[in-house]
Amino acid sequence: MREEVAFRLNGHDVAVEVDVHRTLLDVLRDVLGEMGTKEGCGEGECGACTVLVDDAAVVSCLYPVCEADGTSVTTVEGLFEPGGELSPVQTAYLEFGGTQCGFCTPGMIMASVALLAENPDPSEEEIRYALTGNLCRCTGYVQIVESVRAAAELMMERPA
Amino acid sequence: MTGTTVKVPVRGGVGESTMRPDGIPKVTGNFAFASDLYADGMLWGATRRSPVAHGRIRRVDIGAALAMPGVVAVLTQADTAGRRTFGLEEADQPVLAAGAVRFWGEPIAVVAAHDPDTARRAAAAIGVDIEELPPLSDPEVAVEQGSVVRHIRIRRGEPDASGAVVVEGYYEVGQQDQAPLGTEAGLAIPDGEGGVDLWAVSQWLHADHEQIHLSLGVAPDQVRCHPVGVGGAFGSREDMSMHIHLCMLALRTGRPVKMVYDRAESFTGHVHRHPARMWYRHEANEDGALVKVEAKIILDGGAYASTTSAVIANAAYFAVGPYRVDNVSVDGYGARTNNPPAGAMRGFGAVQACFGHESQMDRLAARLEMDPLELRRRNALGSGDPNATTGQIIEGSLPTVRVIDELAAIPVPDPADPADVRNRPGGTGLTTDPGDIRRGIGYALSIKNLAFSEAFDDSCEASVILTPMGAEVRTAACEVGQGLAMVCQQIARTALGLNHVAVVFTDTSEIGSAGSTSASRQTQMTGGAVLKACEELRDRILTEHGGDDLTDDGVVRGGEVVATLAELCASGPIEHRVVFRHPETFSTDENGQGAPHADFAVAAHRAVVDVDPELGLVRVVRVDTAQDVGTALNPMSIRGQIEGGIMQGLGLAVMEELVLDEGRMLNANFTDYLLPTFADAPDVECRLVEEPGLWGPFGAKGVGEPPTISSTPAVVAAIRDATGLELIRAPVRPEHIVLP
Ligand code: FES
Ligand code: FES
Repeated sequence: MREEVAFRLNGHDVAVEVDVHRTLLDVLRDVLGEMGTKEGCGEGECGACTVLVDDAAVVSCLYPVCEADGTSVTTVEGLFEPGGELSPVQTAYLEFGGTQCGFCTPGMIMASVALLAENPDPSEEEIRYALTGNLCRCTGYVQIVESVRAAAELMMERPA
Repeated sequence: MTGTTVKVPVRGGVGESTMRPDGIPKVTGNFAFASDLYADGMLWGATRRSPVAHGRIRRVDIGAALAMPGVVAVLTQADTAGRRTFGLEEADQPVLAAGAVRFWGEPIAVVAAHDPDTARRAAAAIGVDIEELPPLSDPEVAVEQGSVVRHIRIRRGEPDASGAVVVEGYYEVGQQDQAPLGTEAGLAIPDGEGGVDLWAVSQWLHADHEQIHLSLGVAPDQVRCHPVGVGGAFGSREDMSMHIHLCMLALRTGRPVKMVYDRAESFTGHVHRHPARMWYRHEANEDGALVKVEAKIILDGGAYASTTSAVIANAAYFAVGPYRVDNVSVDGYGARTNNPPAGAMRGFGAVQACFGHESQMDRLAARLEMDPLELRRRNALGSGDPNATTGQIIEGSLPTVRVIDELAAIPVPDPADPADVRNRPGGTGLTTDPGDIRRGIGYALSIKNLAFSEAFDDSCEASVILTPMGAEVRTAACEVGQGLAMVCQQIARTALGLNHVAVVFTDTSEIGSAGSTSASRQTQMTGGAVLKACEELRDRILTEHGGDDLTDDGVVRGGEVVATLAELCASGPIEHRVVFRHPETFSTDENGQGAPHADFAVAAHRAVVDVDPELGLVRVVRVDTAQDVGTALNPMSIRGQIEGGIMQGLGLAVMEELVLDEGRMLNANFTDYLLPTFADAPDVECRLVEEPGLWGPFGAKGVGEPPTISSTPAVVAAIRDATGLELIRAPVRPEHIVLP
């Protein structure tokens, strides 16, 4: 069954006519061509596909696209305008070793953004706890925790 | 143009923790992984795989699949125009199976269709009639039957030597998956002239290229393998997966074809770490000095050769660990079975052997009532010593004693606060009674060869091009996330004295092989090639222009700029291309004696665990390490390699294992194959021990593998310390603790 689904994507209105059983991840990548969001498992286990739906982090590989109707969706592409400045979270991942192969990075960054919106000054334990749903096979997580801490400090120094 | 100049050191040279040049695209979502590629008119591929581990193929019926709307091609082995087999060391694996299937998940046919769903449905619609045969799934039985890819025999010293103290042990290591977060993916585009361009995940473009053109039956220059974003590798991309299939489909259909494995298919579609069974006997004097080590190691190589022959060699050559002992006997067998093929994974044979030799060293220490680090220190192998197995004199640095001492100097943490449930084994969701938690501490040491061994002609080509803007480094080496682009940039900046250096990864038609991104070799090999190219280019330019220095301003003589970069490049960019080789290595004799290795590195790990013996739960509190890195070219990046490597070692110690039932994989997904998460991540302190190596750039040694090798036995040793159990198998599962 096909239906029109309309939502805001990274600040722009989009409308697509799609099979209602498709996932948000599918639609982002295969219909809208937004390749920043990754698929690591397709079954909710790795977090590589994490995006924000109305500011809450969701795994888009399990998120039915019809649920996104009328919402505002933010992907990693929405954190940065070409030619603009990197967001504090992106800057911190870059400077503190938070990305290696980079495959987990878009999802990891979106989960970090959601965490920091809710808790601007998280402890190391709180960071680990909040990001437990995101797997990284490269970093051993230590430098990701350091990146998120650094991002929190950057954001507290220069509030948006 | 002339002018005065003040010498300013380059920024972002060796020794600094610079930012990765691929970092911005990675944090903005713009980095193109193979799975992100797209081409107009593109078709999607899918693979039909064997549902049984062993059988005779009676018939493959493609009719129904081909008749499906949207299906453009269905190919079987009959469509292979060239060599019907492939393989990195031995071309024994069919591109597509015909006649027989030898492992569960073996590719039998491939499909190209208009969309991925149709391709998958069509693959499922291919009729495969197989007479199932009993699989050979036990590697010990395989060895008894002579089904062996390689037997390596090592005899050194006196077979009759004996010590006052003897410890024996049998150990097993389960099968680990590399589980890179990005699955296999690729895109092949036909060039319209019978050739094809391929962008597919890889660790070694030129090895892919060679195998692909042979199987396609086309000339070498008709296939170009291009670099593409790789979402982690850890050995899993050293062998090809979909590469030849994609090229066949593209040539047949005349259209671009893309394929992406889902997670389940990724588990079946790449090689894994070899599971191991090991029998050890150590004899020592009362003072702890090792007298003799005997070992038998069986690695299960699965159905096809892949890199088994090199992996079993590594396991055998490093069967003793970084210790001095004069009398050694090792038999290593790489078994051929009907299990999924095993090949390269980070640590490459040394991981399995390390679990054996370090378990033995702990048993010996316990028998001698000696501190486990003290026993290791007394036997530590160093520069100038003969390697215990091969007798090869260690010519470069080997700071075994220093890594032990540096590790011992890292403070041991206080017991965790049991009031915080997050500190308890099992975390918040489980019911560990704080009074039951037992803490344990364990140690392990490892040694690993760096770069390729056993007389392999390990060469690496790189080029550097001077332009008016600065320099461009070109290589076909594969960046798989480890930071190669960054380290090449740093080396080139320092060697040339220029700030503006770009690193460009090129395809196989533009430059010669850089060799594999494996064996911890690229920093030393491609790094070495880049250093050589830059030094020679700089010398060439300075000689030609009578300069005494090169800077961003140009050639400098006596503080005056005598030629700007633009003037140097007046008649075009200046290219300098080199091939770099490490010191020659040799095959060993019939007793495994000789000099098969180019370089070595050692590492030491200490794990601290909290165990709930009642529930069998383990929390790894810390893993600290001291590692021999030669010279640290980028400390932050090395720390990233070490922390990531330790997590994979921890995974093998307590959770990661592919479970097979008669060759059939039971847990090919992230729900049942557990990877360590943030909640499992221990704190890590690393001390980088710097004693410059023999031939790596600026004395650097490869750093990727050692963290994964000794972290596993250190964690298991800590669990033994906490529980008093023998624990002869990695991974240690809750039932091994609760019901030993
Ligand atoms: S791809 Fe969505 S959780 Fe793994
Ligand atoms: S950086 Fe590779 S998976 Fe996280």
